[in-house]
Amino acid sequence: MAVERFPIEAGHIMMFARAIGEDDPAYYAAMSGDQPVPAPPTFVQASAQYDPDYILRPKIGQKWFGSGRTESGTAGGGSGGGEGKAIGSGLHAEQHFTYHQPLRAGMVLTATTRDGDRWEKEGRRGGKLMFGETITDYHDANGELVITARSVGVRTERAVEQEG
Amino acid sequence: MLDASTKVGDVHELAIVDDLTRTQIVQYAGASGDYNPLHSDEPFAKGVAGYPGVFAHGMLTMAMTGRLLVDLAGPEGLLSYGVRFKSQVWPGDTLTATATVTEIADGVLDLSVVTTNQRGEEVLAGTASVRIPG
Repeated sequence: MAVERFPIEAGHIMMFARAIGEDDPAYYAAMSGDQPVPAPPTFVQASAQYDPDYILRPKIGQKWFGSGRTESGTAGGGSGGGEGKAIGSGLHAEQHFTYHQPLRAGMVLTATTRDGDRWEKEGRRGGKLMFGETITDYHDANGELVITARSVGVRTERAVEQEG
Repeated sequence: MLDASTKVGDVHELAIVDDLTRTQIVQYAGASGDYNPLHSDEPFAKGVAGYPGVFAHGMLTMAMTGRLLVDLAGPEGLLSYGVRFKSQVWPGDTLTATATVTEIADGVLDLSVVTTNQRGEEVLAGTASVRIPG
């Protein structure tokens, strides 16, 4: 993921705060006009909104792998797989943030991502678990580091219903 | 809120959600931009991915747990926050976050962070470092 422009907006912070059950008025300053507006600790995850290629968002004019007339718009109907299963089967195993300076509404970030380690583990019910690490650096408009995020994703070799 | 009287071993707890709704999961999808149908699309989650139903984004649990850290350290007091997602969180779940002070040195306080569901199962475990407020 590379994000060229991630504007930190008070209204976006308010929506995020609502979604996570955070009622501290500081996060609702879009309505009061108070300053500064802090961002919640995991807010940079919402940079996905500004990634034009983000895979877990439907794209206008393209087939989506979630359900519509059928259980998956890209699997050709019915259970059993296709692209949708592959995309949907990755799970989030770990997430780590290091905070270098406070994140507030009005800042504009860039996000640059690099791959970290890759490793494998035997699953509890057999089948390989494949782990991969992604590191994202968020910089402000002056090029100063604001937050470093490290994400670990895991993919299963076999689908859940075939394991049991 | 943490302060100068905070000691190693102090435990802080916050009920972060009572009876998690599918709608809250949808709210999080909308705010974060993660529209993976595993989290909001029952026919896909069951029929294609093979799960019993939709389940919450791990990042929603991490974000809700983060509210406890903000309560303790203020909105700009965090230095680091990292977790492992240990078990899935389902609609109807009730979660409690617990932060235990593990170390205090040079104005920085380390916490171990655990979030459990109504059955006492850990759904998230990790650590955080915060600046001691004040």
